[in-house]
Amino acid sequence: MAVFKIPYADLGKLFAAVSASEKLYLPVDNKLGQANFEEWEEGKEMSKQLNTVRSAKDFFFPQIQPLVKFRREDKKVDIIDIREESEDFVIFGAKACDVRSFDVLDNVFLAEPVDTQYKTRREHATIVSLACNRPAETCFCGTFGIDAAKPAGDVESWIIGDDFYMEPVTDKGQAFIDKVKDVVAEGDQAAVDGQIEKIRTIMGKLPLADLKPVDNREKELEVFNSPKWDELSSHCLGCGACTFVCPTCQCFDIEDFNAGYGNVERFRCWDSCMYNEFTLMAAGTPRKTQKERFRQRFMHKLVYYPIKNDGMYSCVGCGRCLRKCPIQMNIVKVMKTLEEDA
Amino acid sequence: MDKEALIPQLGVVKEIEEMTPDVKTFRIVGPDGNKLFDQIPGQCGMLSMPGVGEGMFSITSSPTERRYQEFSIKRCGHLTTWLHGMEEGQEICIRGPYGNGFPVDTDFKGKDMLFIAGGIGLAPVRSVINYCRAHRENYGKMDIVYGSRSKEDLCFIKEIQSEWVNTPNCDVWLTIDREEEGWDGHVGFVPNYVQELNFSTDKICVICGPPVMIHFTLQGLKKLGFTESQVYTTLEMRMKCGIGKCGRCNVGDKYVCKDGPVFRCDQLDLLPPEY
Amino acid sequence: MQAELIKRATELMEDGTVNRVLGWQKGQFVYDITPAVFTSVEDLKENFVYNAFCGDNLSKYLRAESEKEGKVLVFLKPCDTYSFNQLLTEYKIHRENVYVIGIECNGKTSGEDLKKKGIEGILDVEENGDELTVRTIYGDEKVSLKDVESYRCATCKSRKHVAYDELIGEDGDILDSHRFDQVEEIEKMSAEERFNFWRGEFSRCIRCNACRNVCPACTCEKCVFDNYDSGLYNKAAENTFEEQCFHIIRAYHVAGRCTDCGECSRVCPEHIPLHLLNRKFIKDYDALYGDFMAGAEVGQMSPVVDFTMDNDAEPSVVQKGGAE
Repeated sequence: MAVFKIPYADLGKLFAAVSASEKLYLPVDNKLGQANFEEWEEGKEMSKQLNTVRSAKDFFFPQIQPLVKFRREDKKVDIIDIREESEDFVIFGAKACDVRSFDVLDNVFLAEPVDTQYKTRREHATIVSLACNRPAETCFCGTFGIDAAKPAGDVESWIIGDDFYMEPVTDKGQAFIDKVKDVVAEGDQAAVDGQIEKIRTIMGKLPLADLKPVDNREKELEVFNSPKWDELSSHCLGCGACTFVCPTCQCFDIEDFNAGYGNVERFRCWDSCMYNEFTLMAAGTPRKTQKERFRQRFMHKLVYYPIKNDGMYSCVGCGRCLRKCPIQMNIVKVMKTLEEDA
Repeated sequence: MDKEALIPQLGVVKEIEEMTPDVKTFRIVGPDGNKLFDQIPGQCGMLSMPGVGEGMFSITSSPTERRYQEFSIKRCGHLTTWLHGMEEGQEICIRGPYGNGFPVDTDFKGKDMLFIAGGIGLAPVRSVINYCRAHRENYGKMDIVYGSRSKEDLCFIKEIQSEWVNTPNCDVWLTIDREEEGWDGHVGFVPNYVQELNFSTDKICVICGPPVMIHFTLQGLKKLGFTESQVYTTLEMRMKCGIGKCGRCNVGDKYVCKDGPVFRCDQLDLLPPEY
Repeated sequence: MQAELIKRATELMEDGTVNRVLGWQKGQFVYDITPAVFTSVEDLKENFVYNAFCGDNLSKYLRAESEKEGKVLVFLKPCDTYSFNQLLTEYKIHRENVYVIGIECNGKTSGEDLKKKGIEGILDVEENGDELTVRTIYGDEKVSLKDVESYRCATCKSRKHVAYDELIGEDGDILDSHRFDQVEEIEKMSAEERFNFWRGEFSRCIRCNACRNVCPACTCEKCVFDNYDSGLYNKAAENTFEEQCFHIIRAYHVAGRCTDCGECSRVCPEHIPLHLLNRKFIKDYDALYGDFMAGAEVGQMSPVVDFTMDNDAEPSVVQKGGAE
């Protein structure tokens, strides 16, 4: 498909054109210079940060999501379906890693029985991805076959010099371009190709460029029983920082909120396998120490999930856990340590 | 929008039967008085009372019971205590059926069956027993070993004594842990009793009970010459969604709620021992 | 300094004073350093690291470590020694099982602090006194440690060790670092402004519990927020009010025991200035009861739990109680 461009300084016009008919979310800096996705409104600028603190999974799998409401009176119970069809919206400026994370989540939430609230949001979302001009040392998306220079989604985009280039790659993407055709001009494919080359060159120089995943699907128990887990997990604090900033972690809890007078709201919220009460039952827990909980998280990402999903890993190399773990333990250290064993 | 698995349907508690001092059986129907859904023996249902909690329970009735689903529930926590306080006519929320169930129409068909249960562990096993009884011609000899702490803790004792013992080609072996007045049956733990009974090994075995009972019974069965591929059991893990998404009951590449709760013991050996 | 620490730790291991060392372990990059226990001299030589990125307060780990067989050597920075004392006061550490080496600290930085200055693609950092040369895939940058120092270090209360068996490097002084300036600014706000300030900050909370789990003062066996029967159990907030609830209750629970080590703010993925809540309490304690610093001495009681009629009692409370 054709390539389009708009001066970077004029992006506000493009956002305004889109926002006329649907909500547009983009990474915006807060006062500390950290980015998170926010709804665009006049005056908001796209963050120049490499990535957002929270991942883009919130759009489809929010931290808190109401499921159903109930009314109770004596022996009567009313079940009130509060789900609504999602409205169309645009996720603008998602990076290649986060875009891939949607595929990882799809394998869970779109598997039978389909999660209807996830599905409606997925269907109504248009994803405008943005290539990473300045990847960080913590980036290792290439490990999982993700190309930060061609970030997938519905529209792929690049910042090249003073211009913003876009290429629709799906029908949804074409529809997006149609909406903004008054503010964009045809662009030069060669410029995009050049930028892709440039980014790929940088990606090759990153310190984690050589990190390769090991296919341990046949060695589930062997990896599980590795003596290395003791050392790796020994100082884990058991917090949920890694799971909550992770774009692919999808464990959740279901709880009731008692709003009083017989009104009950059932919601789901993110949960973490790193927490000690995650598997706690009246009779105790099968994962008694932090070692077992720590191991579960990484086994799931690197072994169990791939077994279930044709070798796809449940990690996209975004590097968030590398930055946010309070004790700087992370999946790269786990992969490298286990690799020594192999 | 399509039907959402996480949104329950409405059920009504039609009848409540007190089984033992801490086990009650609840018969649940839809608001129209009919059975809510079809199921396979060994499958589970997610029962909830809004504001109290939601929990996974095995369906103890056989699919051949056309009138309702039965849940035999032991009072042990927050939700089960609430359920025990319910009266007939109470509306309740229910999701399901969940899980794989026992392979009653495939692997079990034509085989001699040995059922071993301890305490409330009879709940899932009863669904299979009653299914086999209803399709008696499809199965060979049936042996049922059931034990509990005391006489009053034996679940379904009326049904056992009036129906199971009168089933053709079916032996029922009851035991309680300690001697008791008014009990002239066998006394002793289930694993030991299974040893004493010295079953021939040409059977399929279904075990359910406390983890320690399963552990020792399995050891005993191996001594008798059974292989793990002849033995089926059900796992218990904490569950929330029941549909293999929330991650809580994940063991290895399996989700107990969806890929289980029924596992053949040789399949369990391939899983990390975290259940 | 790293070489000196390894040398001394080796001696202490070899002469049998200790059987292991709690310190910092090298990571993938220069800054992703993990707390670790070293059980052999070879391990120490190969993996032990001490540099401007060794921020982790190791005191809390001593809770579990001091339960184990044999004596453990730990390296503590000045601020860590306050946590250490406080944990001793609360009988959480077996002192006889710990050998403390106090180490000089000139302020720490972190990968996040460098990134805040726009430095990305970090490959290596060379320390030369106060000057850091950061090599990145996009070129080299020179910065002074002062410029990239963590906020908690810029407002450090003390470079003086309050506990140690021996010291490596110079001991510092208790500092007047204007650590309450930001608290004062917040105090000056109107109630509504203040409410909005905190609501804005807490709105970013992802409830990961990193602040709680890293906190040397949070040592409950089971936290109320993890206890289903507590009535406070929740792991995600229905609304921002609940987030405020979590952080404010936590601040109350550690009041009088918080040593202002700043770990909460260091580990917050969303950089919520959680230490300000604690500093507000510290400031109020100072104002109401005279200067008090938790952890300054072993065995000292927090003013609010050390009740004496003639000394500390808040007059209105005494009168009210007495009148009835």
